[in-house]
Amino acid sequence: MAILCGGTIGGLLLGATPGLSPTMAVALLIPFTFHMTPTHGLMLLGAAYTATVAGGAISAILLKIPGAPANIATALDGNAMAKKGEGARALQICFISSFIGGVLGILVLIFLTPVLAKWALGFGPSHMFWIAILGVTIIGSLDSKSVIKGLLAGAVGLWIAMIGYDSIQGVERFIFSEHLEGGVHIIAALIGLFAIPQIIEMLEGGRINRQYQIIKVQPHSIVAAFRETISKTRAAVIGSVVGVVVGLIPGAGGQIAGLVSYDQARRFSPNRDKFGTGESEGVVAAESANNAMVGPSLVPLLTLSVPGSPTAAVLLGGLLIHGIFPGPNLFVEHADVAWAFINSLLVGQVLMLVFGLYIAGLAAHVVRIPPPILASGILVLSVFGAYSVQSSYSDVVVMLALGLGMYFLSKYGFSPAPLVLGVILGPIAESNYVQGQIIAEAGDGMFAYFFTGALNLFLIGLVVASIVYSVVSEIRIRRLEPRTGVAS
Amino acid sequence: MSKYVTRFGMLAVLAAAMALPASAGEYPDRPVSLMVAYSPGGATDFQARIVTMVAANDEYLGQPIVIINKPGAGGKVGWNKFASGSKKDGYELAAYNVPHFIAQSIKFKTKYNVENLEPIANWGADPAVFVVNRDSPFNTMKDVQDYAKANPGKITVSGAGLFVGHHIAYLQIEKALGEKLKYVPHKGGAPAMKSVLGGQVMAGVNNLSDAYRSRDSLKILGIADVQRNEEFLPDVPTLAELGFDVDDSSVNFRGVMVRKGTPQEVIDTLAAKVPEMFKNKRVAKQMKAGGSPLRVMTRDEVKAMWAKREEFLKKLLAGL
Repeated sequence: MAILCGGTIGGLLLGATPGLSPTMAVALLIPFTFHMTPTHGLMLLGAAYTATVAGGAISAILLKIPGAPANIATALDGNAMAKKGEGARALQICFISSFIGGVLGILVLIFLTPVLAKWALGFGPSHMFWIAILGVTIIGSLDSKSVIKGLLAGAVGLWIAMIGYDSIQGVERFIFSEHLEGGVHIIAALIGLFAIPQIIEMLEGGRINRQYQIIKVQPHSIVAAFRETISKTRAAVIGSVVGVVVGLIPGAGGQIAGLVSYDQARRFSPNRDKFGTGESEGVVAAESANNAMVGPSLVPLLTLSVPGSPTAAVLLGGLLIHGIFPGPNLFVEHADVAWAFINSLLVGQVLMLVFGLYIAGLAAHVVRIPPPILASGILVLSVFGAYSVQSSYSDVVVMLALGLGMYFLSKYGFSPAPLVLGVILGPIAESNYVQGQIIAEAGDGMFAYFFTGALNLFLIGLVVASIVYSVVSEIRIRRLEPRTGVAS
Repeated sequence: MSKYVTRFGMLAVLAAAMALPASAGEYPDRPVSLMVAYSPGGATDFQARIVTMVAANDEYLGQPIVIINKPGAGGKVGWNKFASGSKKDGYELAAYNVPHFIAQSIKFKTKYNVENLEPIANWGADPAVFVVNRDSPFNTMKDVQDYAKANPGKITVSGAGLFVGHHIAYLQIEKALGEKLKYVPHKGGAPAMKSVLGGQVMAGVNNLSDAYRSRDSLKILGIADVQRNEEFLPDVPTLAELGFDVDDSSVNFRGVMVRKGTPQEVIDTLAAKVPEMFKNKRVAKQMKAGGSPLRVMTRDEVKAMWAKREEFLKKLLAGL
């Protein structure tokens, strides 16, 4: 129990630190488990994994710096709420919806693993390519008023993702400087794009007016937060379902679960215009999704020994070190350890909720720190976070350069969210296209490989539906608001 | 609890040692770092952590070895930094992966090659194996050869990237079969294995250790090595036994190296103590538990192995 509590609290703190993603946190903890019994070691890893995913939301909400790519969508509405002094409410809702999504995901892991494992493995390069394209279709509408600006930012993101050695052929692309040799790491990009423009703006504001606007932090009762979250059934259901499905697909990972479900929740919500201005439904959708993905992302690992996400790959190392080989026999040969691990994920969710709600009220006071002091604090965290990802000075340089660029772009109404989505989706779309092309050449050709089969057609249908929906709603908005507000 | 105390003790020693200027004590008088060119949690990282965990014992270095990860571009980022920027005082070591770094130094403009690095000792060897899905119609390498003869270039084979052990093994197998196959590079061993299990490709070249873990869902047709693996897969024949001309050139060797120009006495100390450390009982037990084949080689043996690989790879890659 002490291990579980320690893992959860540590995980929340690690998760809240920009740059320390769940993958990093679990990797850092593995050496500590060398000296523990397998059961204790895995309980620690399980609790830490659960808590870091949720912890990433703390900095996303309070500082608008997503702790990991999974928390990008949380930052959009969560931070808007915190700026209004509703940080406590946002955090409480965030932890409650994380809990709902997380528990649901783990129940899927417990009861449906054998059924889903085979299905999850069926996703090949052509399907992954269409999933990435589906992600691209939401770029335009994400967190920006103008579709054109969203798409432009997305295109810049796709270009940034290309920098470095291409992962399949090993060809050098756009390496103008030694610092770009390893490419742009997603975490470095994330911190730079979100944190640096804010820091500059805070310092800028500090120079102009020395009178700080004091934001009143409104306390918020936990009971009311529960009631509110439960009333957002639609968002929670969308979030959990999207999280479970995306989590199961190996290679997609939780990075896009939050964003996809945020986008879906907005489309189905009557308050869709309020998204991005502090709509709690957005927080519910994003956080329930990225926690719901935790359990299912372990399905291929535990049953077939195939890690479906980077974090699962690191967990595999942690299991192996204790002589536990995941696979069909895991629940036969090491049933006690396997169940201890799964239970620790479940108990971790409960502890995460308890500790999370406890710190929510206190943490919300972060917004009262005077901007110049907060800015320097965030700067230290950003540099630390970017460096710690791969202990590389180059990542810090890249992070600062991207941040500076984003500051100027934000002056012209561009938003970092579609840009980051481009960085995430670029490599998924590209490498799967290249692999698909090679496989198609050996098989029946490109058209047969990419455009036939039920799953391909279903995914293409979703892509088309997404584009049609965007166009239709864009036209409707233009008709409703003739020549006002829309043109930004 | 005492373990945590020692851990904090180690940290304190580490902090104290960093604060002290390099005094003229006997090497090593402060902790030593080991750069791993792959991310935390990967096979190289995880094995490096196991084989160095007893470094602080008096009979070995008497100082802890700290792992530093510098991943990126298939190891190129870390090794480039190591070969151009690290200190030559014996306090900065690096892990090598053969044939990866040698093949990269031949195919790309890298700052590292076998000339500017000095091997210390080898800890592990993970041979490549040829695998197909359990449901595959192929039961032997002969089946693969016959199918390839009838359908040249139609058999898709997954592996982790270009110019890594899997790819070298693939090139050798294709040559030995005398038929055209189709190589599908992936981003690592795990996704490549996933493609075999999910039926996206017809066959795969992958690590013996990973194939061993997934053996219930696979058929392992042959090992690309000169001897069978008695520890994990005693029943799987080597490709050479099956009559295909494939040797151990693609075996993924992992070990420790320093930069050229490191003082000879430091190299001698390391070359004497590090292989002994790899043979430690606790190390061997943990490696076996993790399904990682241990193969300890001394500095002279590794030197000979590097030279042989360099010569072989230059010939193999010349035509590509």
